[in-house]
Amino acid sequence: MHLQKLRNFAGNYVFIAPALLFFFTFSLYPFIKVFQLSVTDWDGISPMMGIVWLANFKDLFMDNPVFWLSMKNAFVVTLLALTVQNSMALFLALLCDRDIRGGNVYRVIFYLPPVLSGIVVGLIWNWIYDGNYGLLNHFLSFIGLGDLTRAWLSDSRTALVGVSMIHMWKGFGWGFIILLAGLQSIPRELYEAARVDGANSWVVFKNITVPLMIPVFILVSILTILGTMQIYDIIIATTGGGPGYHTEVPMTRILTTMLNTSQFGYASAMGVVFGVILLVVSLVQIRASKMMRQV
Amino acid sequence: MEQAVFSNELEVSYEKIKRVSSSVATHLFLILVSLGCLFPLWWAFASSLKTQETVFSDLSLFPKAPHWENYLNAWTNADFGLYFLNSLFYTSVVVVGVILVASMAAFAFSRLHFWGRNVIFLILISTMMIPIQTASVIPLFVLLNKLHLINTRLGYILPQINGGLALGIFLLKTFFDDLPKELEDSARIDGCGRFRVWWHIALPLARPAIAVLAIFNILAVWNEYLLAMLVLSSKELMPLQRGLMVFQGAHITQYPLLMAGIVITVLPVVLLYLLLQKHIIKGITAGAVKG
Amino acid sequence: MKPLFRQKFIIFFLALSLAGCAVQKQDAGTLTVWHWMSDRESAFQELARRYGEETGIRVKFELFAPSEAYAQRVKASAQTNTLPDIYGVLGEKRDFASFIRSGYVEDLTPALHEDNSAWRNSFYSQALAVNEFLPGNEYGVAPGVYGIPLDVATIQMVYNKKLYARAGLDPDAPPKNWEEFVRHCRVLNNRDIPCLVSGFGEIWMIDALAANYAMNWMGEEKVFKTYKGEVPYTDPDWVRVLSLFKQMTDEDLLVQGAVTMVNKTAEQTFANERAAYAFNGSWCVNVYKGMNPALEYRAMLPPPLTDRRPMKIWGGAGSSFVVNHRSPNREAAVKFLRWLTADAQEAYLANETQNLPSTRGSLDKVAPILAEFADDIENATHPNIYPVREKPVVSEAFNKGIQSILIGEKTPEEVAGQVQKLKEKEMRR
Repeated sequence: MHLQKLRNFAGNYVFIAPALLFFFTFSLYPFIKVFQLSVTDWDGISPMMGIVWLANFKDLFMDNPVFWLSMKNAFVVTLLALTVQNSMALFLALLCDRDIRGGNVYRVIFYLPPVLSGIVVGLIWNWIYDGNYGLLNHFLSFIGLGDLTRAWLSDSRTALVGVSMIHMWKGFGWGFIILLAGLQSIPRELYEAARVDGANSWVVFKNITVPLMIPVFILVSILTILGTMQIYDIIIATTGGGPGYHTEVPMTRILTTMLNTSQFGYASAMGVVFGVILLVVSLVQIRASKMMRQV
Repeated sequence: MEQAVFSNELEVSYEKIKRVSSSVATHLFLILVSLGCLFPLWWAFASSLKTQETVFSDLSLFPKAPHWENYLNAWTNADFGLYFLNSLFYTSVVVVGVILVASMAAFAFSRLHFWGRNVIFLILISTMMIPIQTASVIPLFVLLNKLHLINTRLGYILPQINGGLALGIFLLKTFFDDLPKELEDSARIDGCGRFRVWWHIALPLARPAIAVLAIFNILAVWNEYLLAMLVLSSKELMPLQRGLMVFQGAHITQYPLLMAGIVITVLPVVLLYLLLQKHIIKGITAGAVKG
Repeated sequence: MKPLFRQKFIIFFLALSLAGCAVQKQDAGTLTVWHWMSDRESAFQELARRYGEETGIRVKFELFAPSEAYAQRVKASAQTNTLPDIYGVLGEKRDFASFIRSGYVEDLTPALHEDNSAWRNSFYSQALAVNEFLPGNEYGVAPGVYGIPLDVATIQMVYNKKLYARAGLDPDAPPKNWEEFVRHCRVLNNRDIPCLVSGFGEIWMIDALAANYAMNWMGEEKVFKTYKGEVPYTDPDWVRVLSLFKQMTDEDLLVQGAVTMVNKTAEQTFANERAAYAFNGSWCVNVYKGMNPALEYRAMLPPPLTDRRPMKIWGGAGSSFVVNHRSPNREAAVKFLRWLTADAQEAYLANETQNLPSTRGSLDKVAPILAEFADDIENATHPNIYPVREKPVVSEAFNKGIQSILIGEKTPEEVAGQVQKLKEKEMRR
């Protein structure tokens, strides 16, 4: 009996063994290596590297305002994505969850922006935002708001919001898919029962949909945070981080440090710090989700 | 009496008007958003039918003299035939791998008891949060070289399976947590072992979540090229995105051919999504079981 | 899925995986070349075929694009000693030096000097200079030439003749100095013709233009002294150079939005005749030809600020190949590069891709506008041949600062002060 129990216990580990194997080989090992590199002055090429201990971290925390500015920019974009992009995704998912005619067609169309590559997205939005021949400026002049026209991505006041718009446009389809899947798995009988009791749409939404969807909301917001904080391809395709540092984000800083200025050790330190920040943010989210579920 | 009937009819038509107008508003809104999503793709499509000279001067969305031959040129110039099969292979293997490994682990984290369950779970999914891929490019390369996996299909596949695991485990565990325990108990009474419960009960029920996971991973693998450039050298092993690179020189981009290539590469993903989203909708039936 | 179909599926995948394993090994008689130039891929394949026919040696060109991915691949392969026989080093001279010091690059000086330096003399000296390390260089590299240039490039200005005529200006008399440039721009702007476009979203283009004017205004010596830390950026001469960019904003000399434009967009703008001038590299000939064959334009030097000193522009080798010092096929690799840069092959490459050849012997076979660019190579210098270089972090702050001036956010004095502060911090390291 005792042996059987032990075997049973060990058998449970078999289920996580493949995942652990992957984790140790392809995640943990490189991560430890990055951690090692973060205390060196390695240039990314030479077989020699000098240990500088915590000098990279010290410089990063004490003397690198640009990195923290880039962090702030990423936070701004993330905040916008969490609110604007996700409400849009939820609203569309709610509309498509009802049995409307042509629902399938809409579902496919909303999935198109995430499918497109950064190149196409960059090209098209550069054209929309263009200062002289841009679509947006044409439109504004057309409706009599000609005073507002500008080169949207070159203006310090609009560059970051402009880039955020592109990101949200490209990203809302993901949230939409997950939210829709969540909505679809809510049993229809619950809605019908509530309707029979005379509840209107808002009450149904508040008392049935929202509580059942909380895990999905949490999942979507974690994915939004992780995806948005690590934004970079859209920025490289549109502003390159400019004008000045107005659209710099942590990933563009890490890439510049690693490739353009060949401070590989320093870039590794940035990666470690950025990773830890993301980790903390996400763990707080997961914790919060557990508490919400218990309520 | 007559009066009452009349007013009743009036009420019905009022209800009907309200319903119709709200549905018209809904559709108007959805169509507007759809246009916003379709426009760039259509723009890419329209550009793919122009020439390098006209692509940025002629901004029409319906080119008068469409150059359909761009598609043929793109297909042959970029060796898409070869890359297409490769990408198909990589995508299926990675997606199946992610689903199997992640669902096993998620099942264990949700349903089985073992020492360190929560800690291991947290450590595993925290990899999802650490943007390690940029900084760890060289360590990963060194590792793959030690394992003799450089320029092999396996060397390209394994890191990508790993890349999809954290999200997969998280998504599926969330889903398994919501499944009623009774189902599993009754199966166990029927004499099913853990593996059979996982394979015959948990996996089929998780179809909506698996479909979402598949959609995520298919797109990620299909659009991947940085890892391919790092791990693979032989043309014979390269995925689809390598084909698109032919049109993007250091200085010159052949926009019409690039756009044609993009349309060619995007179509299969959209078609696959069409197939998979039926499974998401099947969540209704799965949900019925669950309720 | 039907069982039979499933079986076929599995067999298909197994076959694919096995095919993948078979590709691995390469024989010693094959030369492997890594490159990032996707626009030259087909020309390279053709040249490899010809070389195979002539000598029986198989050359395998392997393309890794875009160039960022290529750079990563080369750096990663260096760590595992798996670099190919021939490859190219991208990035700054500092990186190149690190590759050499680490023993990944063969010294080609002896090969170049064979037969009374015949091979060496076939190249433009500016093209070789980029790959050369002089005695006593700051990088600690043994003197010698370590790379073979395939082509040369200059970064300078072009102007649109038709737009010039439309504004009532003489299309054959581009501005001879900065003042005249500003005057012409006013005339153009009055006719609603935007003036200058450039990919200033890619900060190295700002770097190039600013360096051109710095050298023209204060001379190379003073610029180098600044890099060494002996002259501060707050010096009035540097503020004068920075104030040119303020003038660009104040007088609308720059196309709206150019400050965050990638160069490819800037090229579209000029090709579609939406700007009268462009600051761009000689590769633009091919780009403009593709986008607008009817474009009438000429090359010119950036209009100098003063005639006391010559106007310097950036130029030199566009792309170069090096030989892997650890490759057993070193000699065959050098032989192949010698063949590749012989007149016939250079002319073929130049004509296929509209690049300026790196050898003098093939110049008469290229388009006239390209020859115009080639004329100006005498004025060319390049950071890679400076005796001293600015630290990348400082350059970045300098260029980003210019972006801030261009959007009217900071004054030249503020930027100079901030750059100098950073410079002092870097000097203390």
